[in-house]
Amino acid sequence: MKHYRAHLLVCAGTGCVSCGSFKIKEALEKEIKTRGLQDEVQVVATGCNGFCERGPIVLVQPDGIFYQLLTVGDVPHLVEEHLLKGRPVKKLMYVPPAEKQPVPKMKDIEFFKHQRLIVLRNRGRIDPEKIEEYIAFDGYEALGKALTEMTPAAIIDEILFSGLRGRGGAGFPTGKKWAACAKEKATPKYLICNGDEGDPGAFMDRSVLEADPHAVLEGMVIGAKAIGASKGFVYIRHEYPLALKRMEIAITQARENGLLGQDILGSGFDFDLEIVQGAGAFVSGEESALIASVEGKIAMPRQRPPYPAQKGLWGKPTVINNVETWATVPNIIRRGADWFQGLGTETSKGTKIFALVGKIANTGLVEVPMGITLREIVYGIGGGIPDKRDFKAVQIGGPSGGCLPAKLLDLPVDYESLTAAGAMMGSGGMIVMDDKTCMVDIAKYFLNFLQDESCGKCVSCREGTQRMYEIVKGITEGEGKESDLALLEELAQITKDASMCGLGQTAGNPVLTTLRYFRHEYEAHILDKRCPAGVCKKLIRYVVLSEKCTGCLSCKKACPTEAIKGTLKEIHLIDQSKCIKCGACKEACRFEAIEEQREEAIQII
Amino acid sequence: MAGTKKLRIQDLAKIREKTKSLMAIREGEGRARVTVHMGTCGIAAGAREIMEALLDEIGRAKIQDVIVTTSGCAGLCNKEPMATVEIKNQPPVKYGDLTPEKIKKIFVQHILGGQMVAELVLGVGSETMY
Repeated sequence: MKHYRAHLLVCAGTGCVSCGSFKIKEALEKEIKTRGLQDEVQVVATGCNGFCERGPIVLVQPDGIFYQLLTVGDVPHLVEEHLLKGRPVKKLMYVPPAEKQPVPKMKDIEFFKHQRLIVLRNRGRIDPEKIEEYIAFDGYEALGKALTEMTPAAIIDEILFSGLRGRGGAGFPTGKKWAACAKEKATPKYLICNGDEGDPGAFMDRSVLEADPHAVLEGMVIGAKAIGASKGFVYIRHEYPLALKRMEIAITQARENGLLGQDILGSGFDFDLEIVQGAGAFVSGEESALIASVEGKIAMPRQRPPYPAQKGLWGKPTVINNVETWATVPNIIRRGADWFQGLGTETSKGTKIFALVGKIANTGLVEVPMGITLREIVYGIGGGIPDKRDFKAVQIGGPSGGCLPAKLLDLPVDYESLTAAGAMMGSGGMIVMDDKTCMVDIAKYFLNFLQDESCGKCVSCREGTQRMYEIVKGITEGEGKESDLALLEELAQITKDASMCGLGQTAGNPVLTTLRYFRHEYEAHILDKRCPAGVCKKLIRYVVLSEKCTGCLSCKKACPTEAIKGTLKEIHLIDQSKCIKCGACKEACRFEAIEEQREEAIQII
Repeated sequence: MAGTKKLRIQDLAKIREKTKSLMAIREGEGRARVTVHMGTCGIAAGAREIMEALLDEIGRAKIQDVIVTTSGCAGLCNKEPMATVEIKNQPPVKYGDLTPEKIKKIFVQHILGGQMVAELVLGVGSETMY
């Protein structure tokens, strides 16, 4: 490495890559060479910067200037102005919604200002494919400490005392899990990193693996020392190619440098890691199903106890933790449990990563201290709801989480509060919904996902999710009965009570929380045959307002199903039997002559 | 990089020290910041050579926490090439009519040694902003 006067940190997380960030990187390198700046300016590809909404992103250091929504065409101007002439380019900077002045520096942007980076401390800062850059920012320091200065018991005590809880969803204390496995006599012992992230809209683990694979790896070696494991597996789903690639590179580099394999760092401790690719079934994220999958069997959960800590992989004691949990471990060992203890709330320590998606201005990946309120995340960091619409709900905890309404916006985000509200921490998906979202439709979406992903072992889950889906689907199509709601509640409760694994036990949550907080929407669908949000297609219809129609044919041309009849300068008519309710006619009409009707009046006609 | 050599604890610290100084720039921190003025006038007067000479000196001295940036015309075009040196917690110092030799002298005496090169100084402190 040599000294450069400027570093251009190009975000190369999956979000930005799909927006073309590798092309931006190429263009930057080419332009820098054309200008003869290649010995002065370095271009670095980093992991996900977090502000995915604004990708492709380039951060210029040491100035701290944040450029966003870049195109290849912007590159020559950017290089000439900023790097040659030293004039940061305003038009490529971030302008907050409802403001006119750009915010040049990343640290001043609201989205970044309120975050607290621990697990993601290296995101957008290091090249995840270079081990020396990880080491430069204190990487493997914790491992050195754990291997040479600490006994296994001391490591476990430190994790126990830190209050770290599993980041995969259930929130079981990590130290307790480790202690239970450590005291088992059977050998060999195994470690597993659960990177089977399956929630729709969630990409926390993916980003950690992509941005800082060595942090996960370091955490696992520390864990191995603590419980006396000799072999570990990193389970990543095959649809995360970039995460897989970067983890493979990290493992190879670690082996070459004696940080994996025999006699790690000369301490006499042996441990090695292997990557296992998952096929992408949601249930594989459940720990006992994941273990079965690593063994080469169908991913299906099994009854517990015995817990994996006693009888896990191939019947041997196994510790299985989530990606984020493993990546937190080195930070605790390096900075001490006392420091970690000081962050978060009484029962939930540290920080949590959330994938902030849906109807939110700043889509992206955020790491926040536990105990922050939903309002601070949605409005402070997330920038609120776009298009001046109203907040309706936030869905937390993945498909088996729950939808929380506006009145709970001041709820602190910690394990207990979320569970009490009917949702759960889950792995950290956060889907924001506005007033144009139909909550019955949302419940239908998640139930469809769950009935599809249920492994089918327990009758309660297999049949329960399917029946609930059918009922909710009926409600969205105007076929709901008043008795449906009680039946739904009963089914949801039984699925919860009688299913064996976490998937089934939480499968009722989407129904239960939407019923708890948005019952009136179900009632509108059932009693009035009306979808208040105008989403459920069977409950709306499009009609031509004869007094406004000029007979211009625009709507007729726009209709994909030829449902509109009429000739030039004559009032048009929509054939309801052919209409698929796509709304294309309404968009095409310049005279506001097409109306979307949602009232119960429809039914009388 | 160590390549296939197995690392020991002490090696980790060495890598950290070596790489961290090279990457300090990513934190936007350093003991000093030198701004080479690169307006059209600056470039025409030879600012690029000043920049090259400065980066050479920094590389040779193996000093890694000096941040070098560029900026536009400083407004005093007939004194170009110009550079501004900011040492942490001290007011900025502007130098003008630079040559590669002069910037080397500034680097050794001012940036490393902390002593202004009085005969080359144009002014100390920032302009008043309205």
